Amino acid sequence: MTQQFVAMHMSDGIINAPTSVIFGVLAVAALGFCGWRARSELDERTVPLAGLVAAFIFAVQMVNFPILPGVSGHLLGGALAAILVGPFTGALCVSIVLVVQSLLFADGGITALGTNITNMSLIGVAAGYATAAITYTFTKQLGASAFVAAVIGTVAAAMGFVIEYAIGGASSASLAAVAGYMFGTHVLIGVGEGVITALTVVAVARARPDLVYLLRNSRKEALA
Amino acid sequence: MTMNAAGRGKTFWIGFLVIIVLIAGGVSYLASSSPDGLDSATLQGCEVIEVDGTEVLTGSCIAQHADDHALAASPLADYAIVGKDGTGGLAGVIGVIVTLAIAGGLFWLIARRRSDT
Repeated sequence: MTQQFVAMHMSDGIINAPTSVIFGVLAVAALGFCGWRARSELDERTVPLAGLVAAFIFAVQMVNFPILPGVSGHLLGGALAAILVGPFTGALCVSIVLVVQSLLFADGGITALGTNITNMSLIGVAAGYATAAITYTFTKQLGASAFVAAVIGTVAAAMGFVIEYAIGGASSASLAAVAGYMFGTHVLIGVGEGVITALTVVAVARARPDLVYLLRNSRKEALA
Repeated sequence: MTMNAAGRGKTFWIGFLVIIVLIAGGVSYLASSSPDGLDSATLQGCEVIEVDGTEVLTGSCIAQHADDHALAASPLADYAIVGKDGTGGLAGVIGVIVTLAIAGGLFWLIARRRSDT
């Protein structure tokens, strides 16, 4: 069997078919919900930023950075998108990237779209945004909050894969070994993700603070 | 809005787009070609050896269960244009345009639906 090293996401066959179907249904339902809730995050002023954030995540995901000898990592983008454009719109941004990568660039299996979306869009965004909102409320430090949120979001997304592997992994590799390896590598990837996320979010906030969802939202809460 | 603020606004959008295109079209050539954390996890227990120009997995690992992509023969598969070396940057820029079009279109529709209600 050939192995392509330019691929970035889970291939078909790693997680068995019934488990893939379950996560596919879950992903479709969750994205429908996100589309409904994204109405409260999107207006004519923020639509261009949301579109560019999706394109930015696509571009930056192409740039794998080394984390260990022979192992690399790349941005997942969940925390970045959620902080800039809101969690529901952010989950849609990451999902659009994953669909384009799978259908246009043959990167990430088609039946694995449900599991890949669950991990990187749903879990990555939820964990990343929750961490960012809590950290920012207490520290008021946007860059530091973005960094911590990205680390937590990345590790949480990796643990999503571990859960799917535990339920329907089509192989005999030990769960503990897979969990340990995924955790260790994704802490390192999370540091890279954290640096990229903090730099990007702070750059946008310096130029257009009025557009950054986390800043708008915390101001709204302060006024309420 | 003053002309000055409008001008600054435009600079932000154009600057953001230029950075995205430069990353996809240029910086992407500097990317590490090592497997990422997930791929590397699926390769634990296997060794990759080259047989007749194709990479083959020996040993026992999760990646042996991976199927070839159903669209592996598509014209942009693996971020190259019809498999040609050195076209990754152009493939990346195409991906940026497609992603921007789909995301922008979807988000515009969602925002419009909101103002209708």
